[in-house]
Amino acid sequence: MEDIKLTKLANCAGCGAKVGAGVLSKLLEDLQVHNDPNLLVGFDKSDDASVYKVSDDLALVQTVDFFPPIADDPFTFGAIAATNALSDVYAMGGEPKLALNIMAVPKNMPQDAIHEILKGGYSKVYEAGALITGGHSILDEEPKYGLAVTGFVHPEKLIRNIGAKPGDVLFLTKPLGMGIITTAAKVDMVSHKTYNYALNLMMTLNKGARDVMVKYRVHACTDVTGFGFLGHASEMATGSNVELHIDVDNIELIDEALKLAALGILPEGMYRNRDFASKYVDHGDVILSKQDMLYDPQTSGGLLIAVDKEDADEFYLELKSNVPCAQKVGVVKEKLGDSYIYLHNTK
Amino acid sequence: MVDARGLSCPVPVVMVQKAVNAEKPNELEVLVDAMVCVENITRYASSQGYTVDVKEVDGGEFLMTLKKA
Repeated sequence: MEDIKLTKLANCAGCGAKVGAGVLSKLLEDLQVHNDPNLLVGFDKSDDASVYKVSDDLALVQTVDFFPPIADDPFTFGAIAATNALSDVYAMGGEPKLALNIMAVPKNMPQDAIHEILKGGYSKVYEAGALITGGHSILDEEPKYGLAVTGFVHPEKLIRNIGAKPGDVLFLTKPLGMGIITTAAKVDMVSHKTYNYALNLMMTLNKGARDVMVKYRVHACTDVTGFGFLGHASEMATGSNVELHIDVDNIELIDEALKLAALGILPEGMYRNRDFASKYVDHGDVILSKQDMLYDPQTSGGLLIAVDKEDADEFYLELKSNVPCAQKVGVVKEKLGDSYIYLHNTK
Repeated sequence: MVDARGLSCPVPVVMVQKAVNAEKPNELEVLVDAMVCVENITRYASSQGYTVDVKEVDGGEFLMTLKKA
């Protein structure tokens, strides 16, 4: 196969290509929509996917996600894009069932490469136990790939990104720093070992975390993607009207990414996320490079889960055996202060 | 002087890193045309013990002056 560097064709990497959260909510203002009592989750709360109740024991979960190349290898890019798209269904506690390919390819892109992107996507959808039933592709200067995914969830088992309660314990299922690593990779400033580690994280389905989550009393969950840990956490905190107290030292930050952050190798999305979310955050005495890591846009990041405190220990034990890199990262408290998120250094 | 206008990050911040590592200057001027580059270079410069002064010189172009503190 012809050796092509896919990321050279992309202006923004992965979820870093996302429109900022602040801009997005403005764009969605004043649009005409029907009210339907069966629409359990729509645009209003900026959740991960929309959910429509079909019957008392069945709801449809729908989501779409696609982006330009995040990796040079076409198979890897396809796998990451699919993992990321499927994740929104997992974040709602659902099971993905049907998927449609969304693809944009440049005219001169080798057929083999296109086939490899699809192969990567199909491999993850297969692993998820879902079916790809079709799709749509167009010509474009910049390649793009992703999926529209439909899944199912029991309406009473639906997990939203709001609903966290004081006392809940917070868990994060993947390390942070993927945006920084992919940015650094563009200028060859990251080791092969760390780069492959990050790619593997992005190709890891959140199915393992979801399968544990649905067995316990989980009050809120979101997947950590383009808006960064603090962007998504602030949606959870404001929507639940609670304070999230985060033990920053308990969050696994990719070591090399932290060093790169201090050297100013940061994606533009990090600054967008900071602009949007920093007003909700009390940064305490956490150093700037660690703060930046918490705003770093993640592609195919992990789940942030708020678990009832009675269930937290048992949940953590089972989660750890399914998802070894999962961490306990904080607690939820009653809203008393001015901020919604408080960062703490525990060590 | 590092002229990184027209280039998008992380290229400009890497150019500054190379200039600092090669010349260890007491003072370095940098021209960029995106806020994200200003922010990234400021973070890098601070980590290396430089103070940073930023002036907007011309519609969207920034002259950064890095000085060894």
